[in-house]
Amino acid sequence: MKISNLISIIALAFSVVMLSCSDKQNDSAKKDVAKPATEHHGQASVQDGVSAANVLQVAMSLDDFKTLVVAVQAAGVEDALVNAGPLTVFAPVNSAFDKLPEGTVETLLKPENKAKLAYILVNHVAPSNYPIKQLNKEAEKGRKLYMASGKYLVVENKEDGVYVGGTKILKSVKVSNGWIHVIGDILVPSED
Amino acid sequence: MKSIFKSALLAIVAVSFLTSCNNSSKKSGALTSNAAERVYVAPGEHDEFYAFVSGGFSGQLSVYGLPSGRLFKVIPVFSVDAEKAYGFNEETKPMLNTSFGFVPWDDSHHPDISQTAGELDGRWVFINGNNTPRIAKIDLTTFETTEIIEIPNSAGNHSSSYVTENTEYVVAGTRFAVPVPQRDMPISEYKGNFKGALTFLKVDPEDGKMNISFQILMPGFDYDKAHPGRGDSHGWFFFTTYNSEEANSLLEVNASQNDKDFIAAVNWKVIEEYVNNGGGTKMPANYAHNVYDENTHSATSTMMKEVLTINPSDVPGAIYFLPTPKSPHGCDVSPTGEYIVGSGKLSADVTVHSFTKMIKAIKEKKFDGDAYGIPILNYEAILAGSVKSGGLGPLHTEFDGKGNAYTTFFISSEVVKWKLGTWEVIDRKPTYYSVGHLMIPGGNSRKPEGKYLLAMNKITKDRYLPTGPEVTQSAQLYDITGEKMELLLDFPTIGEPHYAAGISADIIKKNSKKLYKLEENKHPYVAKSEAEAKVVRKGNEVHISMTMIRSHFAPDNIEGIKVGDKVFFHVTNLEQDYDVPHGVSMIGANTSELLIMPGQTETFIWEPKQVGVWPFYCTDFCSALHQEMQGYVRVSAKGSKVPITFTLDGDAVDAE
Repeated sequence: MKISNLISIIALAFSVVMLSCSDKQNDSAKKDVAKPATEHHGQASVQDGVSAANVLQVAMSLDDFKTLVVAVQAAGVEDALVNAGPLTVFAPVNSAFDKLPEGTVETLLKPENKAKLAYILVNHVAPSNYPIKQLNKEAEKGRKLYMASGKYLVVENKEDGVYVGGTKILKSVKVSNGWIHVIGDILVPSED
Repeated sequence: MKSIFKSALLAIVAVSFLTSCNNSSKKSGALTSNAAERVYVAPGEHDEFYAFVSGGFSGQLSVYGLPSGRLFKVIPVFSVDAEKAYGFNEETKPMLNTSFGFVPWDDSHHPDISQTAGELDGRWVFINGNNTPRIAKIDLTTFETTEIIEIPNSAGNHSSSYVTENTEYVVAGTRFAVPVPQRDMPISEYKGNFKGALTFLKVDPEDGKMNISFQILMPGFDYDKAHPGRGDSHGWFFFTTYNSEEANSLLEVNASQNDKDFIAAVNWKVIEEYVNNGGGTKMPANYAHNVYDENTHSATSTMMKEVLTINPSDVPGAIYFLPTPKSPHGCDVSPTGEYIVGSGKLSADVTVHSFTKMIKAIKEKKFDGDAYGIPILNYEAILAGSVKSGGLGPLHTEFDGKGNAYTTFFISSEVVKWKLGTWEVIDRKPTYYSVGHLMIPGGNSRKPEGKYLLAMNKITKDRYLPTGPEVTQSAQLYDITGEKMELLLDFPTIGEPHYAAGISADIIKKNSKKLYKLEENKHPYVAKSEAEAKVVRKGNEVHISMTMIRSHFAPDNIEGIKVGDKVFFHVTNLEQDYDVPHGVSMIGANTSELLIMPGQTETFIWEPKQVGVWPFYCTDFCSALHQEMQGYVRVSAKGSKVPITFTLDGDAVDAE
């Protein structure tokens, strides 16, 4: 027998014994110890089956917001949309994204543009509770909406409805952590 | 030759590694073992068991996770709790009403979880108030106290609040005998005149509502601890007694004169039948029955005026005395119901009676006289054995469901593991220090889960960072899966961890309520939307029905309040989202904050004493704009003409 063969046999035997030995410890540990914290889920993964639906859950349940949801996921801002808030989200429907110059959405969805995408998305979120009547009032009093992007949006009462940042609110939905107002355009943050 | 050489080599190698492996697993002690891993519950993971640990003189019940020892909640039961407004808000004040008026404190002792067919069902936990005798029920969907019933003719409600194996009854036995009915008489005439009431509360199988079914007026001994029979002994209840001497002073000497006191064995099925056939004597009484309604979010207190009493000599065959040495304290029944363990607290031994022998002795009339007409069974005829432990001061025993029993010893500060039937001691481990009760999840049932043992200590001394003369009491967790017990963890407790009840988390957690449905709210002053918010004056009372939602009150500006008014803030949390409570408090309010769960309405009273504009605010960090959740009340002088107005953002409160 060659020396090298002998070494490999010893090594094999060693590893088998070690394996069975460590398995034994793992078994006893497994029984009593919860799994180590490997995967961290954010608040967005919390499902309780009783609470009224929050912004994200409502958006995800409606086909009108497929593109928005894809964008939210690409930007990694799901957890912010389930937060205690309160939040008022101006949610663009799928067709709003089509109005952007060709290729814009594809570019924004690229991983390297994550921060830019997130910035555009949070320009649709006001960290406050604005039901439609409150928006009417903001318009009357000339009070602007402070958006999570740091920008301000103008609210206007027009004959055919309430406009935010120049686009009309099409529909409003009460959600557990605030309000969703459906819009038909993307609210691109102003340059200034 | 080569192959022989090869296998021999392999064998040697294998043996040497196996040996080293064994060596490492033989190490003992928390530092060298993997004790830390075994109590580690990773962030985001849940504990395997709930432990409901009594708060003793705090009057509350705390909820811990095992094996981690993490504290989740302190449930207010018998004491006011400013954190949760329990006993401070108008809705829960009736919970603490008694025949003595509002009593804001008690001494909570023995939690016990409801059972079905001898196994824990996790629907309710019952606990006794020792000082002003009461039994409370906590609903394990909301983890709130939903019922408290006062026990008349009782004092020092200690041999309580244990449940029978289908939760037919919760018992409440008096520790201090008293004149029944109470009357003005010389204390020295105690003997033969005072009574010890053993009270049986019927539990409604549907909603858990309690009612006093009957009270057995026993001789004036001290009824210390109790446990129900189970299996074959289901239908019986066992109570330890001390002070069979009936001393009324310096009991530490005078109640230790008799070599043996008794365990009272009560056949409640016989008494139940007697009662169902019209037996017993109705006696005038005065005790409070307080019930919290989850839909009105309010409690009511009803004074009950009558109680059914039973004279033991009127029901022959229902009650027997089992002689038990040295002022027995703990009274514990094995999972099969065969063994009744009495721990003489001044003894070195643990006495174990046999249920089978007891029944035989009753049949064969092996009596050694009687006490006030109750037959005393012959000690030798009923004795199963005794555990020669070598410890001192046995108090309580629990079981692992594998034929072993575990007894705490106060004086020698240890837990002793012994074998049922052979009575041999298997292991002993020190506790730190002076252990009282111990708990194995499911311990008071047919099916204990013999994985962990929680020892609850009375004395702490040097175990933790010192905090002045008063230091926390403690609980210690042992792994009891092996032949020998292993101390894993040591954690601080609320008040005195008098006793505890443990249960698999899976049984309870799926039923845990997440919020109250707003549409089911039947509070008389609920405002289910901002449009329903209002302020109404009735003489000098002003009722504000206010709402709260992230992140404002409606209304948040109120005028027209006057010095001398009594202002009721009825505040409804409009949220329908798990874990979004709001709080509220008013400057100068002579009460606590309110902590209001989603869908709930609570009320506090504010009596403004000074003219001015006074703020209120949300006291629970609810949202990103929590700091903005605030409002003002304008208080004018008595006789002022400022009208009542209530607004939000300059307008009358209106709908969304």
